[in-house]
Amino acid sequence: MSGFGGFVLRRAVGTVITLLAISVIVYVVFYATPGNVAQITCGPRCSPEQVHQVAQQLRLDDPLYVRYWHFLQGILVGQDFSTGTSVEHCSAPCLGLSYQGDTQVTQLILAKLPVSLSLVFGAMVLWLILGVGTGILSAWRRGRLTERVLTGITLAGVATPVFVIGLVLMIVVCGQLQLLPFPQYVGLTDDPEQWAWNLLLPWLSLALIEAAAFARLTRAAMLETLAEDHIRTFRAYGVGERSIIGRHALRGAFAPIIALNANNVGSAVGGAVLTETLFGLPGIGQELVHAVNVVDLPVVVGMVLVIGFFVVIANAVADVLYAVADRRVVLV
Amino acid sequence: MSLVEVTDLTVGFGSLRAVDGLSFRLEKGAALGLVGESGSGKSTVASALLGLHRGTGADVGGSVRVAGIDVQEAPDAELRRLRGGKAAMVFQDPLSSLDPYYAVGDQIAEVYRVHVKASRRAARARAVEVLDRVGIPDAARRARSRPHEFSGGMRQRALIAMALACEPDLLIADEPTTALDVTVQAQILDLLHTLREETGMGLLLVTHDVGVAAESVDEILVMRHGRAVEHGLVGAVLGAPAQAYTQELLGAVPRVDAPRTASAVTEEVVLEASGLRREFGRGKKAFVAVDDVSLTIHRGETLGIVGESGSGKTTLGRMLVGLLEPTAGEIKPGGGVRPDVQMVFQDPVSSLNPRRSVGESIADPLRAQGERDEGRIRGRVRELLERVGLEAAHYDRYPHEFSGGQRQRVGIARALAADPRVIVCDEPVSALDVTTQAQVVALLAELQRELGLALVFVAHDLAVVRQVSDRVAVMRRGRIVEYGPADEVYESPRDPYTKQLLAAVPALDPEVAAQRRTARRQLTAV
Repeated sequence: MSGFGGFVLRRAVGTVITLLAISVIVYVVFYATPGNVAQITCGPRCSPEQVHQVAQQLRLDDPLYVRYWHFLQGILVGQDFSTGTSVEHCSAPCLGLSYQGDTQVTQLILAKLPVSLSLVFGAMVLWLILGVGTGILSAWRRGRLTERVLTGITLAGVATPVFVIGLVLMIVVCGQLQLLPFPQYVGLTDDPEQWAWNLLLPWLSLALIEAAAFARLTRAAMLETLAEDHIRTFRAYGVGERSIIGRHALRGAFAPIIALNANNVGSAVGGAVLTETLFGLPGIGQELVHAVNVVDLPVVVGMVLVIGFFVVIANAVADVLYAVADRRVVLV
Repeated sequence: MSLVEVTDLTVGFGSLRAVDGLSFRLEKGAALGLVGESGSGKSTVASALLGLHRGTGADVGGSVRVAGIDVQEAPDAELRRLRGGKAAMVFQDPLSSLDPYYAVGDQIAEVYRVHVKASRRAARARAVEVLDRVGIPDAARRARSRPHEFSGGMRQRALIAMALACEPDLLIADEPTTALDVTVQAQILDLLHTLREETGMGLLLVTHDVGVAAESVDEILVMRHGRAVEHGLVGAVLGAPAQAYTQELLGAVPRVDAPRTASAVTEEVVLEASGLRREFGRGKKAFVAVDDVSLTIHRGETLGIVGESGSGKTTLGRMLVGLLEPTAGEIKPGGGVRPDVQMVFQDPVSSLNPRRSVGESIADPLRAQGERDEGRIRGRVRELLERVGLEAAHYDRYPHEFSGGQRQRVGIARALAADPRVIVCDEPVSALDVTTQAQVVALLAELQRELGLALVFVAHDLAVVRQVSDRVAVMRRGRIVEYGPADEVYESPRDPYTKQLLAAVPALDPEVAAQRRTARRQLTAV
């Protein structure tokens, strides 16, 4: 197998294997840890008989690999659960039932996912525009006042926690100036305009901080490229500075930008807890923190898997984009 | 008006004066060679002709006029018109000199459009035209390839094509063939020669290789420490150098036609290799680097292994030392004793650990042999340092405190530490200037005489190999194509590839160079 198609196929197979490995590790880490799950699920006032019954319902007496096998089956083909009196069908991809309230984990995640995805992808567009733009400007005006000011701002951006920026934005924009209402999540399909207005501040606060990292990365990668021999070639052939910066130096920064972006998008899906909490967005991150607090293992495992899924997928997409940006990658 | 007028040029970087009061002229259509060792300031002069030091903080004095433009005084826009339009530059490393992300043809078209008002389509057509002109086969298709899809020689041709795109009056070539194999070097030099004949453009050739200059220019200017040492017609300067430094430089240049003074070769076999084969990779991607190579090495002799890049010579050397396992075949020490083979590497910078003192590096083989007595180790290392022409007190110094030649001496001392019978030298002098090169070669010969060492000298430079070798093996595509006493191989080569290699070696005499060029044309015409 060779060429671009082969490369994409190989990468896709690798992604599936990685996802399987993650599922094993996550499952084992959470379910093999000590602690009486049945007792926690049943509550402190359960009698030993009730705890035993719960343990049976949850199949806690089965060996770990059998339980993992059922779990994997659930994801691929769906699974039936008996809740004592009735049998509930949980169709694929089934991540199990929550210990609290017996809701299906998949449903729970599907309810929260649009919020997190809205937040992350909107912020991504902003951080790419702001970050890469600032980086280009710094590389272009290197050694001058503009660059020094921009470097100072981005350094401050990297160092500022999201709750500081977010709070300040909210107090100024919503409180003092009253330009926007305090954010409240509205679904994209319900009202696209309200969706955007309400997410504007969360986007901004998440993006401003990430943008700082992108600005620094873009600047560094461009300056590195600018020191390379082929830039000297184009200078020696009278090619103007604008072309050298915009065409040749920026191209050299694509690969690291793609890589960083994949990482950030992947981890922000479940990791933007602070932003979600600050703006009251009912996303994955918030739900995960809640599930951890109440030791709702199926929810924790399901969410960690979904987050892992996004990180892996984001990186796989990045690898393919990488290969599009730099055709030499395919050869490796 | 001359094409290039340089008057009292000085270029300083901080406290360093790279060029110090240099003056020369180059007439239209003439060719001048700037020759010197590393640090002589020759490349700095080339950059100054295009005003490339502008805005870098370098301190430039004197005056430079190229094609009627005062490079120092010209406004940026005029300088950009000069660059590439009237004077074009070809650089040393053709891989890094092209943008890896864009197609070769597009890069040439981009440069063309900077200087000529043309549509994208017309610029692409021009790119294909010049690529075709420099001998890229199937230029229309190959113009869409990226640089990594080209071989080294093709990349250099592409850079020359870029230079030709705007029909400049002057071509500045900065070490244009240094990164290339000798046969490819000959092709590129021949191409430059033909292009000059056809277009009448002037050539300023910057090179460390006197032979390359002799092949290509009419006049030669020898530089040292930023100053002109000697300047004159190439035949006169190379035939009868007036200055002591030029004489020294020429004396150090290894000659492909000078036989070696015979060494004390014995019949005692120290190493015998038979049927050596080495593959890399598996399945369809398997690549045979060395294929069915058999050699015997005698005490006190030097076996030269010569070949171009990818010929398998380094892989062979590494197998002889035991750094690589052969896929098939065997290596036997002569007389049943342990072979004790050591290695001297090409790059004296990267083959020494920068964070350890050179004494510690030299002591490594001793410690590996189980020596634990610190006093004895220090004593032996001091002895070795002195043996290779350094000082015992250098024990505690670090690699960066030494020059390239000194570092290679450290490498030799390290190889000697284990008291070997055979030393494999992989391109031991190719990173060094010719005068340093001559000193290192002399040291190796001296050590060989005194210690009765057998040397395996792996190199791409045919002249150096001739200078040191008793017997020579010529490698191509993993096989030995010719193997015999050095004088025989060099004077009456039987294999066509050996003939081709020898014909490609630059000659120091311009007349011989012209004859060789004709001979090469006939060889390629066949």
